[in-house]
Amino acid sequence: MAKAYTPLAVLAMLLFAIAPLAVASAPPEQTMGLIQRVFYYHVPSAMMLFLSAFICGISSAVFLFKRSVSADRLAVAAGELAVVFGLIVLVTGPMWARKAWGVWWQWDARLTSSLLLWMMFVAYLLVRRYGGPGSEKLSAAMAIFGMANVPFVYVSVNFWRTIHPNTNVVMTLAPGMRGPFWLCVASFLLLYMLLLTLRRHLEEQRAAVEQLYLALDE
Amino acid sequence: MRQFLRVAWIVMRKDLTVEVRSREILYTTVFFAASCVLVFAFALVREGRPMEDAAAGILWIAIAFAGTLALGRTFERERQTETLRALMLAPSDRPAIYVGKLLGILILLAVVEVVLVPLVGLLFNAPFGGSLLWLALLLAAGTLGFASVGTLFAAMLVRARSRDVLLPVLLYPITIPIIIAGVRGTVALLQAVPDEPMARFWGALLVFFDVVFVTLALWTFEPLMTE
Repeated sequence: MAKAYTPLAVLAMLLFAIAPLAVASAPPEQTMGLIQRVFYYHVPSAMMLFLSAFICGISSAVFLFKRSVSADRLAVAAGELAVVFGLIVLVTGPMWARKAWGVWWQWDARLTSSLLLWMMFVAYLLVRRYGGPGSEKLSAAMAIFGMANVPFVYVSVNFWRTIHPNTNVVMTLAPGMRGPFWLCVASFLLLYMLLLTLRRHLEEQRAAVEQLYLALDE
Repeated sequence: MRQFLRVAWIVMRKDLTVEVRSREILYTTVFFAASCVLVFAFALVREGRPMEDAAAGILWIAIAFAGTLALGRTFERERQTETLRALMLAPSDRPAIYVGKLLGILILLAVVEVVLVPLVGLLFNAPFGGSLLWLALLLAAGTLGFASVGTLFAAMLVRARSRDVLLPVLLYPITIPIIIAGVRGTVALLQAVPDEPMARFWGALLVFFDVVFVTLALWTFEPLMTE
């Protein structure tokens, strides 16, 4: 991965440079107009948030049951990225909502549960940072419960009456919107994978430095 | 299985015996819950008329706050006397110890709720009497969900440095869905004509959460409590 890192980073930058052009070339949505283009960043970020929640939850479970330290490092990286991409979702969402629904925030099932999911990962980071010794296990439990919340978030929008568009929207996009949308998903995914690897690598380096430091002390 | 239930029963009886002798957690928790309700009554009741649907929310908030306090105290007691380690060293299933602890906290919270429901009903003119059975079911399912996560995290936090702060930080984001379902279900019951299908829907959702949370807690308790 270390060797492939630079070319992949360049590719991601290229994709992000092209994405705005592709988004601009997509046909405008009839009722919402310009603001609908937030969609091309909002939905991929939300996908990355869910992906992060799963990666963090599963690697936390592996860490707990198999005592694998590397799984724990992956979990930290995913936990932090969940907070970052969640923040993008929570900033772009209200911008869109203000134009489309006339309010910044609406307490409906989808919005509430996405906010909760994000808060769980903020709590995850808080515990890790301030929990003292043994906090990896505590936060791992937090991540497992956080992951259990994901299906609930996903399903909530289809089950309850809500004003948030339901999850079929992605599969039934107008032909002109499909290309730019999946391009954005691909660029977000690539960026996500790069950040995840980088962050995990950083965590490994940190652990190695700590080891050396301890060895020097003895 | 019989061994499992026996261990759970013994742990619960031990907790209740300690509690019955000192009554420390029960008295402080009930008093705290009652003061919470009073604070809300001052804030939300104007000229004898409470805000619409406030009663249901306040009942559940008081339970969540009082529950956090009770969870913290229960495990603080184990920490001060170093008895949690002794419990963990006992040659028995760890999940059985968890279930015992959970049952103890559930009984404690049930007593708190018996005091809270009439108090909230009185101060907020809430007609809880109309559908007492449904209310009891909602409270039972909600308290089980809240306490199942709470017991797990409180047990883990015994070793952590800033446990008093971290318990609500961890517990509330996870249990907010339970509070939402509980509040909505109770609001449905408090309508002029109790909306039972709605209450049943939220009750079913609570049971769903209970199943998920209790399963996860039983599954993770063992590795989490291993040092």
